[in-house]
Amino acid sequence: MAKVHVTTSVNNQPQEFLCEPQESLLNCLRDEINLTGTKEGCATGDCGACSVLVDGRLVCSCLMLGVEAEGKEVTTIEGIAEPDGLHVIQQKFLEHAALQCGICTPGFIVAAKALLDKHKDPDEETIRYWLAGNLCRCTGYDKIIRAVQDAAKELAA
Amino acid sequence: MSSYSYAAPTSVDEAVEVLATNAASGQRTQCLAGGTDVLVQMSSVDREPRLLVDVKHIEETNAIDIGNNEIYIGAAIPSAILNENEELKALLPGLIESADLIGSTQIQGRASIGGNLCNSSPAGDTIPALIAVGAQCVIAGPDGTREVATEDFITGVGTNCMSDSEFLLGLKIPRPGARTSDAYLRFIPRTEMDIAVAGAGVALTLDENGVCTAARVSIGAVAPTALLVQEAADALIGTNVDDVALQAAADACSAAASPISDKRGTVVYRRKVVGVLCKRAGAIARDRASA
Repeated sequence: MAKVHVTTSVNNQPQEFLCEPQESLLNCLRDEINLTGTKEGCATGDCGACSVLVDGRLVCSCLMLGVEAEGKEVTTIEGIAEPDGLHVIQQKFLEHAALQCGICTPGFIVAAKALLDKHKDPDEETIRYWLAGNLCRCTGYDKIIRAVQDAAKELAA
Repeated sequence: MSSYSYAAPTSVDEAVEVLATNAASGQRTQCLAGGTDVLVQMSSVDREPRLLVDVKHIEETNAIDIGNNEIYIGAAIPSAILNENEELKALLPGLIESADLIGSTQIQGRASIGGNLCNSSPAGDTIPALIAVGAQCVIAGPDGTREVATEDFITGVGTNCMSDSEFLLGLKIPRPGARTSDAYLRFIPRTEMDIAVAGAGVALTLDENGVCTAARVSIGAVAPTALLVQEAADALIGTNVDDVALQAAADACSAAASPISDKRGTVVYRRKVVGVLCKRAGAIARDRASA
């Protein structure tokens, strides 16, 4: 079958791309529209490195077809920063050294953004459960949790 | 079929026509809801090209209707949306918990009860919970819709009663009346994000004196399909759902189980644990029903 034409919105910008019907949204983002901030870890929905928001809801872009993005609003890590600089969550990840190799970081930041959009003042348990679908093999998670807690505090201030 | 194709019908009639046409042409079809099983299979164990029919653009697969007698849950509603529905959580706490147990926040944003059912895994967490609450599967096909009890929907490991020209529209559940509630528990080796070693769902009704007047018990991951265990329900009905009755129900579940040994657990272990889960889920359902 010929490629499918998809019209969507990515980071508040209209986007069109062509893709094979079985191609994942992750591959479409990376290979068709050159947004390579979203990472592939496992490609089976276990690691969360490919996390994006679709119509505001956190999903694994490896488990969604590119064609399913038709008419949707997609937010990737490239859409998280503010016009005048880093988003608070990004800044806190830097301050708390909540990353080492960085492959999981875009997914964690997008997931943390979805969390703080929904829960303004999450306790540690809520944060840990919310981020349970994001795997990090470097940090041991603790610094990530501290960064998200600090970001929540600053966003609430 | 030499390559994949994709269709996103917007009505039941259109979907049935797409399915029937593709089935008649001898080509393979697979329905797609949240895709959290389908996409994994497509990139690993089952790469054969097929027509993917996205059922998420149909009103009936996206509806939640809480009626006076019946609750309808569209087949494509993701777990995250079910969990945000406080009324559903209050009415069917066990079923909604079973959906909440599946996967991470990311998975919950897409995965649906309907997809869990159609994937027809022996270990699907929502399936025993659906059987316990007496859910009927509403199936759309060329001859209109038909309803099948959840315990009869799945026919084997990864197989169900639907033909290639049918698809699951949603689930109809009797609205729980007074002093009626449900619970689902599963065992996994860690606190979340794993596949059930064993699971048990219990729904029951108590009278004013706390005597159980109706019960349904279902077990999962301990047989090729989730099972309705009538003997376990019979052990609860007419009792106060005390420890003796719960133990009898647990023994009935262990007896009904025909598990396999695999990396998640042995036959002996699964048989024992499924009874324990039945006992604990029964106690939770009882306490909820009497609250």
